[in-house]
Amino acid sequence: MLEFFTSSTFQTVISALNSGFLKTLQLFFITLVGALPLGLIISFGSMSRFAPLRWVTRTVVWVIRGTPLVLQIIALFYVPGIQKWFNWPSGESGRMLAVCVAFIINYACYFSEIYRGGIQGVPKGQQEAGLVLGMTRRQIFFHVTLLQMIKRIVPPISNEIITLVKDTSLARVIALQEVIWMGESFMKGNSGIAGLTWPLFFTAVYYLIFSGIVTVLLGKLERKLSFFQ
Amino acid sequence: MAILEVHHIEKHFGATRVLEDISFSLEQGQALAIIGSSGSGKTTLLRCLNFLEKPDRGSISVGGSVIFDADNPATQRESEVRKKRLHFGLVFQSFHLFPQYTALRNVTLARELLAQEQPDFKQNKKQILEQIEAEGRELLAKMGLSERAGHYPSQLSGGQQQRVAIARALALHPDILCFDEPTSALDPELTGEVLKVIRSLAEQKTTMIIVTHEMAFARDVADEVVFMDGGVIVEKGPARQVIEHPREERTRQFLSRYQG
Repeated sequence: MLEFFTSSTFQTVISALNSGFLKTLQLFFITLVGALPLGLIISFGSMSRFAPLRWVTRTVVWVIRGTPLVLQIIALFYVPGIQKWFNWPSGESGRMLAVCVAFIINYACYFSEIYRGGIQGVPKGQQEAGLVLGMTRRQIFFHVTLLQMIKRIVPPISNEIITLVKDTSLARVIALQEVIWMGESFMKGNSGIAGLTWPLFFTAVYYLIFSGIVTVLLGKLERKLSFFQ
Repeated sequence: MAILEVHHIEKHFGATRVLEDISFSLEQGQALAIIGSSGSGKTTLLRCLNFLEKPDRGSISVGGSVIFDADNPATQRESEVRKKRLHFGLVFQSFHLFPQYTALRNVTLARELLAQEQPDFKQNKKQILEQIEAEGRELLAKMGLSERAGHYPSQLSGGQQQRVAIARALALHPDILCFDEPTSALDPELTGEVLKVIRSLAEQKTTMIIVTHEMAFARDVADEVVFMDGGVIVEKGPARQVIEHPREERTRQFLSRYQG
């Protein structure tokens, strides 16, 4: 048994899976950093008092949420080149860039709906209380509504974030070498190793550990916000 | 001269007429109670004064200057409305305290945000903030809540929350303090402590408009009482006279429901 863990095959597979998971993590964090704020902007659009903006935003959100993310990744990666609009940088960095853009847009649309629910869920009286105290709408948003909204959206956002951990595997559809792609490669042949099935299933351990950590952190945030009701 | 003059206010929600030809005035240091059944337009009237609703007709003057005129869009600019709101304070029926802030911070927040607009804020920041906090603590002490300054709203009883809300409104030194059924959301045993605070404000000659269902309180504390029904002022006069010897039949009918 011990021999297996010290064998060069095991070392090779693990280092390949590690490098794949590093890409998974990159995609995960870049998506969060981009989609969390972009979602807020989209949610403002979908709540705008200017009707055309509201309807355009809601239509975009409907299309993005109503079609598979896989399809969006494929379209975003191949269509610009086919249509000769522009070309993504070649190689792995170009794939990563395209897939990040697709993920950010997709997740921002999901987040925007959660934000909208969170903002509209804050009682109207809170805004009125701010108004009669002479606050500007901006001050009311940042000093009164925002934290109450965050408290409301942490549970549904946590759900989306856990889904994102696993959705990153969709990037393999344009051959981004993330952890599942790496795991599968040892079935087909990689670094002189072929016909191995365990690396693919071993990737589950990475996902489990990482989603476990994310769950614990988000739980902490939820408890941190429990000081008020 | 009257501190507040309301002339011919009219308000519709769609086809429903909520207020019609409302006119009254209020002297500095006086307390006005507004009574009437639910749906008579009392709350809408307070909301119009606080610019939470825009009247369709009429004008409102404070201290002799017109702050709202339905016929003059220049009096309705968003940027100015914000400052004009500060003439009035409003205490809501269901408090609307900010749940994420302590009682003290609820009282001081708006003052701090306003102070940030002062030109000398950056230079004297520490001093200004200290003064605001000291005033906040003093107001809470006046409300009998010194011990509760660090509590969050969810840790306070309804009566305590409403007293914090009163302190919050007072912190901005409004010319006229409005109460929208301040005790209607409270258990009967908690109404007393809130009414006591309002009574002491009346004794200190705070200019107030109180929408209330507490008839005995209105009679004892208010200088004048207005009875509203169906969006119009039916009767207006000295508190004791309107409540004990109403002239109008509709007032009599309304009051008879409050006397066992």
